Amino acid sequence: MNIVIKQGRLMDASQSLDQVKDLYISAGKIVAIGEAPAGFKADQTLDASGKWVLPGLVDLCARLREPGSEYKATLLSELRAAMAGGVTSLACPPDTDPVLDEPGLVEMLKHRAKSQALAHVYPLGAVTRQLEGQLLTEMYALTAAGCVGFSQADTAIVDTQVLWRAFEYAASFGYTLFMRAEDPYLAKNGVAQDGEVASRLGLKGIPSAAESIALQTMLRIAQATGVRLHIARVSTAESVELIRQAKQSGMQVTADVSIQHLHLTDMDIGFFDGMVNLKPPVRTQRDRDALRAGLVDGTLDAVCSDHTPVDDDAKALPFAEAHPGASALELLLPLTLKWAAQAKLAPVQALQKITQIPADILGIKAGNLQLNSIADVVIYDPEMEWRVDGRVLVSQGKNTPFVHHALTGKVTATLTQGNLVFQQETLKLAHH
Amino acid sequence: MYNPQLNAQGQLQHLLSIEGLPKRILTDILDTAENFVGVAEREVKKVPLLRGKTVCNIFFENSTRTRTTFEIAAKRLSADVLNLNVSTSSQSKGETILDTVNNLIAMHADMFVVRHQQSGAAHFIAQHVPPHISVINAGDGRHAHPTQGLLDVFTIRKYKPEMHNLRVAIVGDVLHSRVARSEIHALTTLGVPEIRVIAPRTLLPTDVEKLGVQVFHNMEQGLKDVDVVMMLRLQNERMSGALLPSSQEFFQTFGLTPERLALAKPDAIVMHPGPMNRGVEIDSAVADGKQSVILPQVTYGIAVRMAVMAILGGGNAA
Repeated sequence: MNIVIKQGRLMDASQSLDQVKDLYISAGKIVAIGEAPAGFKADQTLDASGKWVLPGLVDLCARLREPGSEYKATLLSELRAAMAGGVTSLACPPDTDPVLDEPGLVEMLKHRAKSQALAHVYPLGAVTRQLEGQLLTEMYALTAAGCVGFSQADTAIVDTQVLWRAFEYAASFGYTLFMRAEDPYLAKNGVAQDGEVASRLGLKGIPSAAESIALQTMLRIAQATGVRLHIARVSTAESVELIRQAKQSGMQVTADVSIQHLHLTDMDIGFFDGMVNLKPPVRTQRDRDALRAGLVDGTLDAVCSDHTPVDDDAKALPFAEAHPGASALELLLPLTLKWAAQAKLAPVQALQKITQIPADILGIKAGNLQLNSIADVVIYDPEMEWRVDGRVLVSQGKNTPFVHHALTGKVTATLTQGNLVFQQETLKLAHH
Repeated sequence: MYNPQLNAQGQLQHLLSIEGLPKRILTDILDTAENFVGVAEREVKKVPLLRGKTVCNIFFENSTRTRTTFEIAAKRLSADVLNLNVSTSSQSKGETILDTVNNLIAMHADMFVVRHQQSGAAHFIAQHVPPHISVINAGDGRHAHPTQGLLDVFTIRKYKPEMHNLRVAIVGDVLHSRVARSEIHALTTLGVPEIRVIAPRTLLPTDVEKLGVQVFHNMEQGLKDVDVVMMLRLQNERMSGALLPSSQEFFQTFGLTPERLALAKPDAIVMHPGPMNRGVEIDSAVADGKQSVILPQVTYGIAVRMAVMAILGGGNAA
C-alpha cells in the first residue's frame, strides 16, 4: 500500500522540518519527503493543502479502562478516541482491575490492543503488587511481557524503605519509574487545592506541600539510587522549582504536566463543577503560570492527556463524590497548540512535547516523521472551529471540564503504520 | 457573575448560599421575617401563603432540630410537608441522589429543603430540578447553612440594629462549620465592619482571612470590646485526627466563661446555633445567663425560614 499526503505543512522538530511538502508512505513506513521515490505509484492520495501533517502524538498517560471498568470505557472505544485525537502511541497506567502486576495481564492487554490495529499501547506495570506499596512486582518478567516502565498510578508507596528498594531494583535493570508525587496523609480525603476557593466552598483541601514533600523524598532517593525517574502530572509551582533545581544539579529526571493543569485553576470549580474534580487537584493561577513557564523552558518535558473516562452516573454526584478524571485524548492536540499560541511558542516546538520528547521518555520509536520511521501520521486542520461537546467526543467518557469550550483546530485524519484509520468526513479524499 | 440562586429577573430562585447574594435580597428576607415573628403569638398560628403547595424535607444527614424548624415553618405557611430521611432509607439500597430527587419531582413537590453531608450537594440538586421547583439548602457539608446565617443576623439586628457599627467574634471550629461560613458572608454583606474568628490554627480554614475576617488564636485578645459573640458547636470527633488534644483543653483555651465574656462590651450578646456542648465550648453560666440570646435565635429561626419559603413560593409578607 502506497500513500502520498500532498501539500501539507510538515512539522517535525526532530529534523527541524517545518515546510509545505509531500509525504510518501509505503509498506507502513515513511519513504520520502518532497520528491517521490523512484517507481513510487500511489494507491491513495490524501490532499492536505491548508493542513498540517504531524507525527502521531505520544501520550504518557491514558486510561483505557480495560480490564475491569468496561462500563466506563472499553479498549475499542478509547483507541478510537485516540485516533480521533491523533494519539498513535500511548502509555497506560497500571490502575486497572485487576492491577497490571502480572505478565499474563500485560500480554493480554498488548494482544487485545494490537488486534485493533489502532494506537500502539504501551503498558506501565505496577511497581508494587496490587499497587499496595509493599511487595515488588516481577519487573523483569513484566518488561518481557511488554511493559515500558513502571508506575504506582495515583497511589503512593508510603514505606520509604519499600520506595528506596523499588528505585534500587528498577535502577539495576535501567527501567524508568513513572511516579506521581503526593503525600497520602496530607492528601487524605482532599478534593481541591487547599486555599481560598476550597475554604469558601467548604471542600477538603490538598496543600501544595503534599506534592513537594513526596517529590523531595523521591528526588533524594533517585539521587541515591540513580534510577531513571519520571515525575508524572506535576501540579504546583513548588514542584516546578524543585525539578528545575534537580535538573540543574545534573540529575536525570523528567516530568510531565496534564493538559488540564496547563489550562485550568481552582477558580474553574465555579459552583462545584464535578468535571473539575481531578487528580491531582487543579491549583492556583500562580501554579498554572509556573507550569506553563516550566514547560516553555524545558523544566517540564512533556504534556500528557491524563485521559480518564468516567461514566455519567459517576460524575453526577456532589463535587467530592464525583469520580475524578477527565476525558482528554481528543483535546490534547488543540489544547497544546492553544497553550503554544498563548505562550508565543512556535507550533513545531510545542508539538515536540507531545511527540518526540514523550517517545524518548518511554524509550519507543515514535513521534517523528523521519525516513524509515513507522508511518504514524496526523493530518490536522489548524483552522477548524468546533465546540467541545459530549456528542462530538468519540471517547465513551463524555466527562471534560472543557465542555462548551470553543476550540480552533481538529484532527482530520490519522494513519497508524501507514493505514488510514480515522478521518473526519470533511477531508477530501482522492483515489488514483 | 452568574449566580445559580437567582432567576433571570434577579429574584431568588433557590437559597443555596449567602455568598454572592445582594444585600437587597438579604434585607428583603429579614424584613419579611419581621412580619412572621407575630404569627406564632396568634391563636391560629397559620397564614395561607403556601396553601396547596408541598414542601419536601430531604435529609441525607440526620438532624431532628433543623428538620423540625423547617417543618413548623412550612406548616405555619399552610404547606403540606413531606419528611424524607434518606440516610436511613434509599441510599443504603444503592439509589443515587438524583434517583431520589427525580422520584420526588415525579410526586409534584414544589420546594425541596435539603441537607447533605457533602459540600455542594444543594447546588447539585438545584442544577437538576425543573424551574418551578425551589431548593433551600439546610446545610451542605462544610459549605453553607444559609437559613442559619440569616437567622443569626436577624437576631443580631433585633438586639443591635446598627449593623454598620458592630464588632462580632465567631469562636471555635470554623474549619468544619457551614454555619460560620454563612454567618461571615451574611455579616459582610450587611456591612458589619469588623468580624473576628477565634480558634486554634487546626480549626481554621486555609486563607480564612480572605473571607474578610481578622484571625485570633487567643480568646482574651479576640473577645476584647466585641458586641456579639457567636459560638460554634465543637463535634466530639474533632478529638481524633490530631485537631485538638482534648475537650478539656479546648474549654480551658477557647471556652466561653463569664470571666472571658466580661472582656467583651458590657451589653454584648452571646449566640450559639445549637445543640450546645456545655463545658466544652460554653459555660452553662453563660449559656443560661442574661446576655444569652440562644433561645430567641430558635424562635426567630422559624420566622426566617417562613420568610425564605414565602419568598421562594412567590407569596408576600403576612
